[in-house]
Amino acid sequence: MTTLTVNGTKHELDLPDDTPLLWALRDILGMTGTKFGCGMALCGACTVHMDGQPIRSCVTTLALANGKSITTIEAIQADPVGKQVQEAWLDVGVAQCGFCQAGQIMSATALLKKNPKPSDDDIDSFMSGNICRCGTYNRIKKAIHKAADKTEV
Amino acid sequence: MSQSENTLLIKNVSRRGFLKGALAGAALVLAAKWDFALAEEDKKYGAAAMPNGWVDDPNVFISIHNDGSVTIVNHRSEMGQGIRTSLVMVVADELGADWNKVTVLQADANEEKYGNQNTDGSRSMRHWFNPMRRAAASARTMLEQAAAQKWQVPVAECKAGVHEIIHTPSGKKLSFAEVAEIASQLPVPARDTLVLKSRDEWRYMGRETGDTYQTRNNPIRPLAIDGEDIVQGKALYGADIHLEGMVYAVIQRPLVYGSTLKSVDDSATKKVPGVIKTLTLDTASQPAGFSPLGGVAVIASNTWAAIKGRNALKIDWDETPAGENAQYDSVEYRKLLEATAQKPGKVIRENGDLAAGFKKASDTISAQYYMPHMAQAPMEPPVAIAKVTADSAEVWAPVQNPQATKGTVAAAIGLKPEQVTVHVTLLGGGFGRKSKPDYAAEAAILAKQVGKPVRVQWTREDDLHHSYFHTVSLEHFEAGLDKKGKPTAWLHRSLAPTISSLFTQDPMHKAVFELGMGLANFPYDIPAMRIENPEAPAHVRIGWFRSVYNLPHAFGIQSFIAECAHKAGVDHKKYILDLLGPARKIDPPSVGANWNYGENPKDYPIDIGRMRGVIEKVTEEADWGKKLPAGRGMGLAMHYSFVSYAAVVMDVEVEKSGNIIIHSADIAYDCGPQINPERIRSQLEGAIVMGIGIALQNEISAKDGKIQQDNFHQYLLPRMVNSPRKVRVHLVNNNLDIAPGGVGEPGLPPVAPALCNAIFAATGKRIRTLPIANQLSS
Ligand code: FES
Ligand code: FES
Repeated sequence: MTTLTVNGTKHELDLPDDTPLLWALRDILGMTGTKFGCGMALCGACTVHMDGQPIRSCVTTLALANGKSITTIEAIQADPVGKQVQEAWLDVGVAQCGFCQAGQIMSATALLKKNPKPSDDDIDSFMSGNICRCGTYNRIKKAIHKAADKTEV
Repeated sequence: MSQSENTLLIKNVSRRGFLKGALAGAALVLAAKWDFALAEEDKKYGAAAMPNGWVDDPNVFISIHNDGSVTIVNHRSEMGQGIRTSLVMVVADELGADWNKVTVLQADANEEKYGNQNTDGSRSMRHWFNPMRRAAASARTMLEQAAAQKWQVPVAECKAGVHEIIHTPSGKKLSFAEVAEIASQLPVPARDTLVLKSRDEWRYMGRETGDTYQTRNNPIRPLAIDGEDIVQGKALYGADIHLEGMVYAVIQRPLVYGSTLKSVDDSATKKVPGVIKTLTLDTASQPAGFSPLGGVAVIASNTWAAIKGRNALKIDWDETPAGENAQYDSVEYRKLLEATAQKPGKVIRENGDLAAGFKKASDTISAQYYMPHMAQAPMEPPVAIAKVTADSAEVWAPVQNPQATKGTVAAAIGLKPEQVTVHVTLLGGGFGRKSKPDYAAEAAILAKQVGKPVRVQWTREDDLHHSYFHTVSLEHFEAGLDKKGKPTAWLHRSLAPTISSLFTQDPMHKAVFELGMGLANFPYDIPAMRIENPEAPAHVRIGWFRSVYNLPHAFGIQSFIAECAHKAGVDHKKYILDLLGPARKIDPPSVGANWNYGENPKDYPIDIGRMRGVIEKVTEEADWGKKLPAGRGMGLAMHYSFVSYAAVVMDVEVEKSGNIIIHSADIAYDCGPQINPERIRSQLEGAIVMGIGIALQNEISAKDGKIQQDNFHQYLLPRMVNSPRKVRVHLVNNNLDIAPGGVGEPGLPPVAPALCNAIFAATGKRIRTLPIANQLSS
């Protein structure tokens, strides 16, 4: 039995310990905002926050997540930084297909919490674990700068 | 196009209210069909020539509700190109609707009702701009007529404002809600009586990011129908639909195309917690078309259990039926193409006397360019959900071709197409992969066998192993140059297995549509030339990949022209302009190009002036010829595809380590009228990134018939570090008098050759094999 707090709500999950958090979120808890892109920590589509840290939920087993507090895209607007990131994403018109964007937003929020005024290079290195097959990288960068500017005031 | 003869038909059938027309979903109104109206000549081209043609009946697409809210049906698949927003912009604008009162409804597969839905070939806006404008203008006219009736005034005095009708002499107003009921009783007006809005009356169309206009609560945001859902994780893609009692499946498909199942040991699989059962699926015979590949399915109570169960399967495959596919080896295959390219092949175009042209030359040059297979690898891997009863099936899937999905599913489970409902979800990227609905048929087959709703999830490994791959290709060139370096003779042998191998037995030559993609319609002014297409067999499933055969043709031609320019000692820009010759319009059939993206060559000639235009624009904006430090260079390439024109300049630095820094990418683009420029820009920005991936990283290879790349550690995709520091998009020729061109694909073909030309300028090293991978690090 795994106990998780997801977006503030406690859940008990009766699944094998090696089940990745991603599939528990998507298939069992029905929270489909977090996406499956590779299953090997190579694309970032499945990024969520675990005790505030960005993690790839496709390789984070329930054994590792047990007792932890998880935040997903569905609740990131409750976070002031997350909210700014979402707003900047809309202002810049970042998304194309949108499939990678939950992961991008979760990574970008984690970046800005750590580094409220990142340089282009900081953004490049932090965000390069997140693939966007539609190629929205330049808009992502622009939106992160925009969110950083707003968060400051 | 003349459509007035259609009017009678619409009038007779249209006395149904659009008050609830589209939402009622009952297809009570017969859609107007093109075949009553168009001259024979026009039926051969454009939207009219697509299966089920176009429809412009407002009852099919527009509903106005009692509270005044408007529902607009979008029947094209959304995969990031923004068509759900762009077509709704067209309708909302022409109707006079308030954006905040508009919602979009995604159509199920139903081409009999909506007209063609196949979202491929950069066609959505090109084919649907005018029908959608007409549908909305009809509805607006009916609202104006209704207001005239209510006020008992001449209709000429009634004009739609924003979500209301204004009586112009008095300033009196009626909201859409107040006149919708009466309007719904009126006949749809004749097409030739419709007055379309002029461009200065548009509120939504033609806007750029940052323009001030009304959107939900924010005056500066680009319009994006799904934007808020996406950033909140609420947007629904294929795997996000949940049905009561649904079970989860993953499938082990044969890794060699055409091999069959010999035996399977599922004893370990059955011990995996959560696994319910395994099922075997018939393996597809070749050519497979859109049929599923078959194999062994693991059914489980969640996706992870199914994946684990599949890992535990022990399967023996029989590779005999696969024939030569079982020996498919990309290294050997390249050698075969190279050897074949030494000999003459099927001639597809010839002008002038090639031998004499070579004799006249004072110098010769030759080169070969190779591009490997690639996988589209949309971020969302294929996935589908199906629910099947004895006489019906319902499918939810991210598909580019809903109607083909319906037919493929029906055939797979022995139903008639009309017994199958296909709900189209958002697509997490498509790029051509999701034009082929094999995964939807898998879900239906399994749902039928299991007796419960089934979700089939493809893993990334499945996606890379079983894509419908972009073709592998070799472009071989020989040219004779005169004293000034200008070609006197040009020989191009173009080799690649064809997509028609999916549907017919062992075709060895490119299909007419593949030849039409920048090969047969070669636009340059060379006195003697021959284009040949030697044989090339297919050993894997080959399919459409964004821009399709334009990719190798552009890579070869645009690289070789740059090589000729270098040999001639002439600036590349000057050389290519010279080679194009003066601005003029070429009738494609007159040069032997018998396929012009399905468009009428009269409306869509090959326009050398527009080719020159994008080259002039991009070089000017990128400051072509400016002095750059050592190790840095600029490269140029231009390509015409999907009846649009694109030219790219890249400014690239190659570090000592071989690492490539792209300082900037400029693209000039001419698709004629720009309906949603903000999304045109985003498509082109994306094309640049994807093109960089094609140049630097993308490679699918086979050994012993099996694909060697399993996931993104082996099939590398461009990441943020690879993208240019600056991307600048320059849109030109925004002119409603020009027939609209495509947007999704044409930006891509010139990117890789521009990058390779820039690398040559920076380092003197000519790239003739893609991907570049570590070719620069030695
Ligand atoms: S799905 Fe987890 S990183 Fe790709
Ligand atoms: S927006 Fe499509 S993958 Fe990023």
